[in-house]
Amino acid sequence: MYAMREAMAAFRRAPVLTGLSSAMVGLALFVVGLFSLATYNLQLALSAIEERVEVVIYLRDDARQSEIDLILTELVAMEEVRRAEYVSKRDALERARRDLPEFGDLFIDVEVNPLPQSIEVELRDGFRSPDIVKRISDAALVFPFVEDARYGREWVDRLFALRRIGAASTAVLGSAFALVAALIIGTALRIAIFARRDEIYVMRLVGAKNGFIRRPFLLEGAIAGLIGAFFACLLTYGTYRGVYSYLFEIAWVPNGWVALGMASGGVFGALSSALAIRRHLKEV
Amino acid sequence: MIKLTRVSKEYPKRGHALRDVTLHIKKGEFAFLTGHSGSGKSTTLRLIHMADRPTDGEVRVTGYSSERVTERDLWKVRRRVGMVFQDFRLLPGRTALENVAFVLEVTDTPAKAVHSRSQRLLTQVGLSPKAGALVNELSGGEQQRVAIARALANDPYILLADEPTGNLDDRATRGVMDLFWDINAKGMAVLMATHDLELIRRYPHARVFELDHGELVFDSATDTRED
Repeated sequence: MYAMREAMAAFRRAPVLTGLSSAMVGLALFVVGLFSLATYNLQLALSAIEERVEVVIYLRDDARQSEIDLILTELVAMEEVRRAEYVSKRDALERARRDLPEFGDLFIDVEVNPLPQSIEVELRDGFRSPDIVKRISDAALVFPFVEDARYGREWVDRLFALRRIGAASTAVLGSAFALVAALIIGTALRIAIFARRDEIYVMRLVGAKNGFIRRPFLLEGAIAGLIGAFFACLLTYGTYRGVYSYLFEIAWVPNGWVALGMASGGVFGALSSALAIRRHLKEV
Repeated sequence: MIKLTRVSKEYPKRGHALRDVTLHIKKGEFAFLTGHSGSGKSTTLRLIHMADRPTDGEVRVTGYSSERVTERDLWKVRRRVGMVFQDFRLLPGRTALENVAFVLEVTDTPAKAVHSRSQRLLTQVGLSPKAGALVNELSGGEQQRVAIARALANDPYILLADEPTGNLDDRATRGVMDLFWDINAKGMAVLMATHDLELIRRYPHARVFELDHGELVFDSATDTRED
C-alpha cells in the first residue's frame, strides 16, 4: 500500500522528471517497435515466397498409370508432403496456353504436345528447406519412369540464405536495439532515482528495511516502463497506419508481440530501477 | 549500551582514521566526543551507527556486534540508534510533520498512528506550532529540532549527534542543548560529537572523550586531572 502510494506520489512530486523517464522509455521501445514491425513483415514476405517452394517431378511419356499411381502413393505417404498432384500432358498444355498467352500461337498449332506429364509436390510448412526438397527430388529420381525432378535449386538456396541472414540480423540487431533500450531506460530511471537519493538516504538512516525501500522504486520503474511501452505502441501503430495508408500494404504485428512489448517495458523498468537503487542502498 | 573494543578504522586513501580505540558508554549516559577536525569523531559515530565497519576490533551497540550483524539486519541497529547531523539532512519540499511522519511510515508504524505520533514528537521538541511549515522555511534551530524529532521517532536507546550545533547561533544552540538534556533525562543515552570546547565546559556533568589523530587521548570518567 505504502509502496503504491509512494510510487504514485513520485509522479505527482516530479511530473517533469518522471514524464521524461517515461518518454525516454517510450522512444527507446519505439525503436524496438519499429524494428519488430519491419521484422514481422519481412518474415511474412519470406514465408509467402517460401510457400511457393515445390518439387516438380517430370515423368517419361511412356510411364504407365499404375506407375504414376505408385509414385503418387509413395509421395503422399511422406510426412514432408502436403499434396502431390498429377498433371497430364494435356493439362500442362492447357495451363501453358492460359498462363503464357504471349506464346499462344506456339501452343495452338502443335501436332505433338511437347510438354511432359508431371507430378507437382507441395510441401508442408517447415519442410521446405533445401535438404528436404533435394531428398524428395532424389527419391523420385530412383523410379525409372521419372525423367527429371526440379525444384529450382539455386532459387531455394538463395531464399534460405536470405532467411538465414534475416534470422541472424534479427537476432543481432534485435539484441542491440533491446540493449540500447535497456541502457536508455536504465539511465532515465537512474536519473529519477538520483533525484530521490535523499529519501533513500533518510530511509536507510532511520532503519527502513531494504525490501521496503526498494518496493516503491521498483513499482515506479515498472509504471514508467509500462507508460513508455504504451506510448511506444501508439507511435509504432501510428507509423504502421502511415505506411499502410501512404506507402504500401504492411501487416500489424500479432497481439502477442504487443503484449510482450508492454510486459518488457514493465519488466525493464523494474529491473533498471532495481539495478539503479542497489548503489544507493550501500551509501549509509 | 555502546562498546568499542580496540577499534581501528583505515580508509584506502585517507589512511588511519581511528587507532585502537576502546570506550564504553552506559545506558542513560550523556557524553561528548571532542577533538580537532579530522580526529575521528565522525568516523566513531559512523561505526556506532554501523554505516561503516571497523578494520580491526569490535563495535557493540545494544547487543549487536559489528562482527556478526549482516547487511540485511542493519535496520535493526538503526532503529535503536537515532542520528542527528550538523546539516540536518531533512527532506526539502516537505513539511516538518511530513519529515517526521516519513520515518514512521517507512519503519512499520501502523498508518493510523503515524499522524498522532508525529504531532507528539514535534510537541516534544517544541515545534508543534510549525508542524505544517515546509522545512526550508524554518530557522536552523527549528530545522535541527525537526531532525531531533525524526531521530526520536523509533524510540531509540541511543541518540548520536554529529556537530548538531555547528550551524546554529548561540540562542538556538542553547535551545537544542536543553532539548538533548531533556531527552537524556528520560533515560536515553546521548553521544554528541563537537569540537566546541566552550559548549562542553557549560555541561560539567557530562562525560567527555577526546580523540586526537584517531586515538582516544582522554576519557573524563577515568582521568583525574583538573581541567
